[in-house]
Amino acid sequence: MKIDPGNLRRLLGVVLLVAVLALLGLWLAGWTRFLLTVALGESLAVIGVALLMRAGLVSFGQGLFSAVGAYAVAYGMRLWGIHEALLLLAVAVAASTLLAVAIGPLICRYRQIFFAMISLAFSMVLYSILLKFNTATGGSDGMEVTAATVLGYHAAAKALAGVYYYLTLACFGVALFATAAYYASPAGYLARAVRDNEIRLEYLGASVSRETFRAYIFAAALTGLSGGLFALAVGHVSPTLAYWTKSGEFLFAALLGGTSSPIAPVVGTVVFESLNSYLSAYLPNVWQMALGAIMLAIILLMPRGLWSLYERFSARHAA
Amino acid sequence: MEPLRAILGEARSVSTPVLEAVGLHKRFGAVIACHDVSVAFDAGELVGVVGPNGAGKTTFVNVVTGYVAPDSGYIKYRGREHSGLTPRTAVTLGIARSFQHPQLYESLTVLENALIALAVKERRHASWRPLKQARALQGASALLERFELGEAADVEVGQLPEGRRKVLDIAMSFALRPSVLLLDEPTSGVSAAEKFALMDTVTGALAEAQMTVLFIEHDMEVVERYARRVLAFVEGRIIADGRSADVLGDARVRELVLGVAEGA
Ligand SMILES: Nc1ncnc2c1ncn2[C@@H]1O[C@H](COP(=O)(O)OP(=O)(O)OP(=O)(O)O)[C@@H](O)[C@H]1O
Ligand SMILES: [Mg+2]
Repeated sequence: MKIDPGNLRRLLGVVLLVAVLALLGLWLAGWTRFLLTVALGESLAVIGVALLMRAGLVSFGQGLFSAVGAYAVAYGMRLWGIHEALLLLAVAVAASTLLAVAIGPLICRYRQIFFAMISLAFSMVLYSILLKFNTATGGSDGMEVTAATVLGYHAAAKALAGVYYYLTLACFGVALFATAAYYASPAGYLARAVRDNEIRLEYLGASVSRETFRAYIFAAALTGLSGGLFALAVGHVSPTLAYWTKSGEFLFAALLGGTSSPIAPVVGTVVFESLNSYLSAYLPNVWQMALGAIMLAIILLMPRGLWSLYERFSARHAA
Repeated sequence: MEPLRAILGEARSVSTPVLEAVGLHKRFGAVIACHDVSVAFDAGELVGVVGPNGAGKTTFVNVVTGYVAPDSGYIKYRGREHSGLTPRTAVTLGIARSFQHPQLYESLTVLENALIALAVKERRHASWRPLKQARALQGASALLERFELGEAADVEVGQLPEGRRKVLDIAMSFALRPSVLLLDEPTSGVSAAEKFALMDTVTGALAEAQMTVLFIEHDMEVVERYARRVLAFVEGRIIADGRSADVLGDARVRELVLGVAEGA
């Protein structure tokens, strides 16, 4: 199959970014590299949230799918004895995608605040299940996720964090390219068409619910992968992954970065995670207030997110 | 009320009509917006629809395209009965429409709007190939050229003047290559000076395509000039249907639609 020149350009862009991050991984100190591992993994969930926002859907419960992805990894190890990271991640993606296929037809009938609330409700149901059935789920303590092999390679304990960084980076690159290709594809535009005008879409002969369902499933798959990567990197899963504050953070990061480009939510996540870590370290008492103030400033000054700064800059230089 | 067609006795072709409404009825509370409407259209007809505000013209289009479900009645498309229609199924059959208030993708460009219409028409919803691939771009440019929108291709639709929006709205329905195209007031919101130019563009584009076209229109000069057949709606009923000169010359139409008191 001949690759489209537009997609080739997108692929090169992603490869370049991943190469830069790969080099950065050699140079970064252990703790910072770990933060970046977590942020890159989490950014896939934020991309999922942003992807839904492009279709006019605000998810207040995307944590549902990251929790499913994370617990899928934990159970994959415990119940099926899978210890290969790529297999575990495949299980994570499959589990979250299947769940989306099951509940999507119901959820995708709703819009606006109703979509937000029903997605929130589903995530809170999972949260209480994870909490209540503690013999199977470990309750509020969660479950441990031990070291996995990567492509059969069993890393020494000291090297594991580094291996996981590159594993996350590889998954991140694949997911980012898939998202970029999706945004440029007819389905990606049809999602924006849903947000802009549902009547016209139906009068073109397309189905609004099918297009939102497509976006919903793609977002769920990305978020499941995100949860799986989190479980591996942190080595532990707990019900808080499904708690609404986690979904709120995804939303915050998506708003912070913006939704116009696949990379915008990644910027949002990295900035958010940095703020989170450094503000809580340096302003232990008021850091949440500081986060709130930053959120307010973004909404008032840059309603289209940090990425709009770059867009303004590049538009000026193109002119 | 006897439809004027019977009186005028216009010769109708014997072939199966492409679209037929049979006893369509729709009531909104106290208002009967579509009152037992039965009417048929042959392939290639260019029909003007007139009637005062609130006469039920838009409702007729809404019912025929399945946006509004009729209380009773059905449509026949190429001789086959269809009930429980939705806009999507109507479009799939080959019945498309434009809107009195343009329904467009405001945050996207004119070109992107055209590309989306064509992608849906060609069933490329689930393709991983970009929307803006070379062949699709050619098709979209040709569509825009045909409706004289080529220069506006990269303009965001939200920034487009009303006249251009109406044309784009029509172009997007045209892109579906329907056999029946229902245009709801194509020239409303367009300056008087531009109306004929717009209709020339539209009818020019449609003529080559052999579509059956209905257009709702308040400007009688436009109706006279472009329609060969005219339907007059009043209070949900078709009170006259026939050759345009006959219908527009009819006393009752002149009184109820044009507001001209006869003999005054
Ligand atoms: N969805 C609706 N709910 C309630 N009443 C409606 C609805 N749609 C139309 N009507 C009523 O039905 C009647 C016919 O309206 P319609 O829009 O079809 O008229 P029209 O001939 O298109 O008028 P105009 O020339 O002003 O566009 C009006 O009295 C209108 O108020
Ligand atoms: Mg109307």
